Amino acid sequence: MNILGKLSWSAIPISEPEDLIASGLMILAAVGVLAWVTAKGRWPYLWQEWLTSVDHKRIGVMYCVLALLMLLRGFTDAIMMRTQQALAAGGAQGYLPPQHYDQIFSAHGTIMIFFMAMPFIIGLMNFAVPLQLGIRDVAFPTLNSVSLGLTASGILLTNVSLVIGEFAKTGWVAYPPLSELRFSPGVGVDYYLWALQISGVGTLLTGINFVTTILKMRAPGMSYMRMPVFCWTALATNLLIVAAFPVLTATFAMLLLDRYLGFHFFTNSGQGNPMMYVNLFWAWGHPEVYILILPAFGIFSEVFATFSGKPLFGYRSMVAATMAICIFSFLVWLHHFFTMGAGADVNGFFGVMTMIIAVPTGVKIFNWLFTMFGGRVRFTVPILWSLGFMVTFVIGGMTGVLLAVPPADFQLHNSLFLVAHFHNVLIGGLFFGVMAGYNYWFPKAFGFTLSERWGKAAFWCWLIGFYVAFMPLYALGLMGMTRRLQHYDNASWQPLLIVAAAGAIIVLCGIICQIVQLVVSIRDREQHRDRTGDPWDGRTLEWATPSPPPTWNFPVLPRVEGKDAFWIQKQHAGGSGAERGEPLRYEPIEMPKNSATGFVTAFFAVVTGFALIWHIWWMALLGVLGAFVTILAFAWRERAEIEIPAAVLERGDRAYRAGLNR
Amino acid sequence: MPRTLSDLKANVAASWRRGRGRVLAFIATASLGGCSQGVLDPQGPIASAEKTILLNSLGIMLAIVVPTILATLGIAYWFRASNTRAVHLPDFEYSGLLEMIVWSIPAMTVLLLGGIAWIGAHELDPRKPLASSVKPIAVQVTSLDWKWLFIYPNEGIASVNTLTIPSGTPISFDLTSSGVMNSFFVPQLGSQIYTMAGMVTHLQLRAEKPGVYPGFSAQFSGDGFAGMNFAVNAVPPEQFTQWIAATRGKGPALDAQGYAALARPSEAVAPLTYGSVTPGLFGSVVRESTQSIDRPRAVPAGGRMEN
Repeated sequence: MNILGKLSWSAIPISEPEDLIASGLMILAAVGVLAWVTAKGRWPYLWQEWLTSVDHKRIGVMYCVLALLMLLRGFTDAIMMRTQQALAAGGAQGYLPPQHYDQIFSAHGTIMIFFMAMPFIIGLMNFAVPLQLGIRDVAFPTLNSVSLGLTASGILLTNVSLVIGEFAKTGWVAYPPLSELRFSPGVGVDYYLWALQISGVGTLLTGINFVTTILKMRAPGMSYMRMPVFCWTALATNLLIVAAFPVLTATFAMLLLDRYLGFHFFTNSGQGNPMMYVNLFWAWGHPEVYILILPAFGIFSEVFATFSGKPLFGYRSMVAATMAICIFSFLVWLHHFFTMGAGADVNGFFGVMTMIIAVPTGVKIFNWLFTMFGGRVRFTVPILWSLGFMVTFVIGGMTGVLLAVPPADFQLHNSLFLVAHFHNVLIGGLFFGVMAGYNYWFPKAFGFTLSERWGKAAFWCWLIGFYVAFMPLYALGLMGMTRRLQHYDNASWQPLLIVAAAGAIIVLCGIICQIVQLVVSIRDREQHRDRTGDPWDGRTLEWATPSPPPTWNFPVLPRVEGKDAFWIQKQHAGGSGAERGEPLRYEPIEMPKNSATGFVTAFFAVVTGFALIWHIWWMALLGVLGAFVTILAFAWRERAEIEIPAAVLERGDRAYRAGLNR
Repeated sequence: MPRTLSDLKANVAASWRRGRGRVLAFIATASLGGCSQGVLDPQGPIASAEKTILLNSLGIMLAIVVPTILATLGIAYWFRASNTRAVHLPDFEYSGLLEMIVWSIPAMTVLLLGGIAWIGAHELDPRKPLASSVKPIAVQVTSLDWKWLFIYPNEGIASVNTLTIPSGTPISFDLTSSGVMNSFFVPQLGSQIYTMAGMVTHLQLRAEKPGVYPGFSAQFSGDGFAGMNFAVNAVPPEQFTQWIAATRGKGPALDAQGYAALARPSEAVAPLTYGSVTPGLFGSVVRESTQSIDRPRAVPAGGRMEN
């Protein structure tokens, strides 16, 4: 028995040059960053202010940083796929052999859904929800840091697979029997499963944390019907996380039992049933779609109201629509496999349910329209993303409803039409949403606004690039091209695939513009400094604090008198300025202490995951033990909180108010 | 050699003008050429009905979607902050009438489309027999790593990666898989359906006219997936009878050993036919695929196996 399990030198992909170059560059970048931090002597700062921080704002920012990095990784995969398909027509094989191409599309889907989209929306919720609710932190701050750590562990394991071993070659859904040991004997599927199991636990903990926070910890006077719509969508999303993620965890656990201990849940033999996996996967997977899109809807609601200078139109409708989507999202999963051969009644039922869920979504679109009606719309970067979303998303919604008609789906299932559809809603909906949120809340997080000019350039590149890249895919789907083809014989598909690749290049320009936007904005931060804490003339409580807010957010918890609480405060004070709100009585408060629990747990999670992937059982045992000891150490901690004296609160608040008057 | 920037611009513009027509013509013909093999060029009753449903649903939704897009852009532009002529309603946040309209428009659209979905799901149920005076031909389809096996149980012959059928005759497919899931799909004939080990799905299709229609797997199934193509040769019924006669007794026989050899993973397999088939082979494939030992089908990349 090998002490390192299945691990040996053959796990390093020496024979695959693209892989080796990619891994080399990744390692180089990581080493470079670590060396830079060491040279600058920034380790203590990084450790104390970020890695061990339990401040929801810091955790939110770190989630977003992870998401942006994974956007780059996922997009690299995307551009490789687009160039491969642009080349591999007729007899040509392109430059990626199947065993490599298959890993790339599997990694692209996994990374973009689990490690780009999820961390981004969780990051934005982390940052904005407690501020909007007028409170100082989430319900379980250290648990929040553990969630981040576990997500980062999943991300790390997925990226390690590039260097050591391989990633899944099954598509991001990993359907058995293809993902069973018989057909996928390598470690790829194990990387996929353990990375998602670990990060999935993190996501579930986030769900529990935020449901508790939103239900139990709102500022005085903030009744449910006074919550900002973003908080409502966050509540819906986290309820969905709590209800849906255990399904995924259980499903993956069964597949792991099949693969590791010879069980027969989803195998062909031993009376296993692979279609049970498909059902369970989508019983999580469809709610997941709404887990991702609902917070984006929340962001658009905030952006349209703020930049139109008007309250959101039809607030109650919006809340009702959000909660309706939350419930209906569990009743549509079968539309992902109408072609399984279920009966007409089953297909008909799920087709109709899928359309019903489009009703509340349609209502939202019209409500945003009426929010702008009669307003004074300021065309900033966030609203550009929001308008781009409105136009793009209705097209994606339309093709989605089209796919919900079972006979149409029989013709379009798994085609590039489907690929175009879900990118249409994920890029046009979710991604435009997080970009609006990123530009909207950036000044709150860092105290200066992002460059509008580069932000607009990035938006236009993304918008145009999206259409150039994905409209051809709709056409190709109608022309009968299926997804996940490493090469194809029909040469008449090639021109449109070349156009799509050009679209990906335009999107690349958009990403470059975003990087430039960040760099230029940091360079010119003094010119774009936000001294009032309210750069957009906002309506909700996050703008009632300095930018960036102090650790404790609010020296005295705000009293909420209606929807758009901060707007009402400003109206009472007759505009802006120091007079808003009466003189405050400062009292000492307790804030949670920094904790290394999250970081240490993440370390042991990576060790455990890696050991299980490579069957290094002693190491897996050590990892689990380490994680357990970490929890014990946290449970026996002497002091959980530090006191912030009233004088400190008062000093900070007075400085902020003095700044307002200038 | 362009001397100045304006020279360069003029040159680029001229070559763009020259090339533009050609590029557009190329894309247009390519798209149309491609469409002639896709779902918009149906060659059978199922595919035709599905195309009609597709276009009708699209039409109904475009009637809502296009005005919505125009209204979005129009309202955003008209109510821009610099437009002082636009009416200013800073407190406009509720209108019962508008709310009712806002809920009714998507609800009514969905009512209509839901009807189409429900009726369509029943009318075009894949297993529903096609109304026809001609007796259907039975074909048993098995997806293997990575090719298609078509058995004609009544004719006692079989073929790999080529499917010959009589035009104007309903084809009644029974489908299964030797291992991994695939999806049997001929876009011009209509409705794809999954093939799953140990299970049999059913599909009824008909080619209206003689012709060659591409078919493939529409469900990713591993390394050789991209080569899982087959051509459907729809021939006039009398020619089909001749083809049966010519094929029967010629070439290899498909028995249990022949099937085991065929079932070994192979990629981009050239079409071939079997002159005879052991009766009941399809049934035993369905049964045996659930009894096979769970052994790896290939040596793993990255890491050696230990057992």
